[in-house]
Amino acid sequence: MHGTRILQEADRLMTVCNSCRYCEGLCAVFPAMEMRRAFSDGDLNYLANLCHACGACYTDCQFSPPHEFNVNVPKTLAVARAESYAAYAWPRAFAGAFARNGLLISLIAALSVAAFIFGFAAINDRGVLTGIHTGPGAFYKLMPHNAMALLFGAALLYAMLALVMGVRAFWRAIGEPVGMKTDAKSLLQAVRDAGELRYLDGGGVGCFNEDDHPTDRRKLYHHFTFYGFMLCFAATCVGTLYHYLLAREAPYAWWDLPVVLGTLGGIGLVVGPIGLLSEKWKRDRVLVDEQQMGMDTAFILMLFLTSVTGLALLLWRESAAMGPLLALHLGVVFALFITMPYGKFVHGVYRFVALVRYARERQMTAE
Amino acid sequence: MVDLTRRFDVLVIGGGNAALCAAISARRAGASVLALEGAPKFYRGGNTRHTRNMRCAHDAATEILTGPYTEEEFWKDLLLVTGGQTDEELARFMIHESKDILNWIVEQGVRWQPSLGGTLSLGRTNSFFLGGGRAMLNALYRTAEELGVDVLYNAEVIDLKIEDGMFLSAQLKQPVGGKTEVRASTLVAAAGGFEANIEWLKEYWGEAADNFLIRGTPYNRGAILKMLLAKGVQEIGDPTQCHAVAIDARAPKFDGGIITRHDSVVFGIVVNKHAERFYDEGEDIWPKRYAIWGRLVAAQPDQIAYIIFDSTVVTSFMPTLFPPIAGATIAELAGKLELDAPALEKTITDFNAAVQPGTFDHTILDDCATQGITPAKTHWARKIETPPYLAYPVRPGITFTYLGTRVNKQSRMLMKDGKPSANMFAAGEIMAGNVLGKGYAAGIGMTIGSVFGRVAGREAAKNARN
Repeated sequence: MHGTRILQEADRLMTVCNSCRYCEGLCAVFPAMEMRRAFSDGDLNYLANLCHACGACYTDCQFSPPHEFNVNVPKTLAVARAESYAAYAWPRAFAGAFARNGLLISLIAALSVAAFIFGFAAINDRGVLTGIHTGPGAFYKLMPHNAMALLFGAALLYAMLALVMGVRAFWRAIGEPVGMKTDAKSLLQAVRDAGELRYLDGGGVGCFNEDDHPTDRRKLYHHFTFYGFMLCFAATCVGTLYHYLLAREAPYAWWDLPVVLGTLGGIGLVVGPIGLLSEKWKRDRVLVDEQQMGMDTAFILMLFLTSVTGLALLLWRESAAMGPLLALHLGVVFALFITMPYGKFVHGVYRFVALVRYARERQMTAE
Repeated sequence: MVDLTRRFDVLVIGGGNAALCAAISARRAGASVLALEGAPKFYRGGNTRHTRNMRCAHDAATEILTGPYTEEEFWKDLLLVTGGQTDEELARFMIHESKDILNWIVEQGVRWQPSLGGTLSLGRTNSFFLGGGRAMLNALYRTAEELGVDVLYNAEVIDLKIEDGMFLSAQLKQPVGGKTEVRASTLVAAAGGFEANIEWLKEYWGEAADNFLIRGTPYNRGAILKMLLAKGVQEIGDPTQCHAVAIDARAPKFDGGIITRHDSVVFGIVVNKHAERFYDEGEDIWPKRYAIWGRLVAAQPDQIAYIIFDSTVVTSFMPTLFPPIAGATIAELAGKLELDAPALEKTITDFNAAVQPGTFDHTILDDCATQGITPAKTHWARKIETPPYLAYPVRPGITFTYLGTRVNKQSRMLMKDGKPSANMFAAGEIMAGNVLGKGYAAGIGMTIGSVFGRVAGREAAKNARN
């Protein structure tokens, strides 16, 4: 017996699939399943997070609905995956954040933006918020750099702590294989698999989304989003290093590294989320966990808002709109940071961990 | 919408591998093609949806095949499984053509993968479909549709107009739209056998057929085959025979597919409803043994049997869809199976007493055998003595039938007088009996379907142009 109804169903499906195995070549889930004959809650959560939701196994399955065996692996694992996010959330008291996630993230984002606008207005003299500021340190007229670094550093540290604690719980539940902590090879393999989205391709033809014609669009948009995010993150890191190591203060010229990285990343984070959202809306409902739509949409929109407000700030930083735009951008980014452990962001972390474990399992069976 | 008032060059009846290969090859040869699939879209493809590999000859190892499998070796394997019940000319032609199919089918969008876990014995001879038979079908349908083949589902053909071996038209019945006369210059019949037609099976098997489970969809009713044979096409293959394996008795009546099969016979004993053994469970290795147990069970009272083993061997075979039925004692297990407990206890006690010492190895014909009981278990005999005691109830699972239409190397049907039909072709299970008079070799049904489907489509297109 399993802890939840959906894990019970996942167990039933894995029993069906394990006696068939036709999908073995499609992704990592089925080979991982074949290494087991019985499935614990942790095993099922591992498989759920290993699944990239490419949909191929649904389209290829001779037992998918309306067949009486009613095999719908992508949807079942999607529900189990979403439930696993709540199950491993830290602190436990915040697990409920996943329940009405879309609403919660929207509220936090709105409050965060409002706090920055009112904060800027309250702290500074009248006129500073809508004044024109240029040259090095312009942003810090509205908020001192150290305050900014402290606030965002703290938010990021908290998010990382919460994520690490979540991963720890996940890692324990799925059962740590021997030798894991020192295994660089599995780690590298997982980095490659995640970086290429190796398992979001239906075994080579592409992802099944709105019908039985596979395409590479979801993979492409996800690449835009992920690498856009990484570039933006790199821009922030370089800016911080400039500030503390070279004593060069933002804003930087358009050709300077932080701006180039941020602009490229920003473009990725506009194109990617729009694409992902449109693919999501087109997606065949039979593959979709409707409960999760709010969470997915909220995260995609937060990424989109981060890039749009960032790019707007770049465009109008020398105008009177700079102050409100800075407040808007910082508000969105702050909300993004503190909600990272309690929204769709965690999918990347848990899936990566699942890939590490899978790489290790593969290695151990090969040895 | 498909324009049914026009006259098509090629009418394909059926929706599986053979039908799609025929439709695609006819379309590639420039013909207009209509394919009529009797099943709804989800169940399209007949038995193809449950297949997973194809046996093709090849002279060298490939990316997914571990070594060469020459035409001669393929031919010898075919001779072995059919006991010589094959048309040598057609069979050798098919084997030769199969070499090219390995690439041709990939050009039609099908993707290969190495043999699945648990089927390593096929790694050299058989190419597996990535994602299985339904993935293969989906790829063929996508290609057919992109090429402009018209496909209709729920398209039941209720009559064929044939005069002197010449196809004129087909009477189509659709749930919406009713009856329509479909005209075409040529016909490719690729509509499979009659394994899902219990009434027809009863003609040969009597009431026992009521206890058969059908491994494929309920749509394989053999209606087209029956019409063709009634209208002067020469028949081939033993009408009384079908391919049957032992499948779990708890499986659904239709379409349980591959996952209901059991291959645990060698690890225990098999008893009938009187709790008596009836055949040597250790006679042969997989896959030969696999295909005999269906008919063995079919010959037992009420067409039911029970594979009985103990807890020491549970992990020796692939995990099963239905869990084994368990009992802490033989008597308890007998109770759950509704068998006579003293009888089962006696059968197992006698069996255990007859087991001789030996070195167990299920990958070869080992030296673990019984002595002094009938029937003997000639290999892999080990005592059943470690509780819990476990059992799978099994029934005959019918895969396909052997009766079909006679064809020549053009896949052209031959009439009862031996003359080739003017414009009728057949491919796939409906003509498999030409090559496979009895028995089975893994993946050969798909070879027959693809090779003769491709030939039939090409020849039909040529025929339509003339």
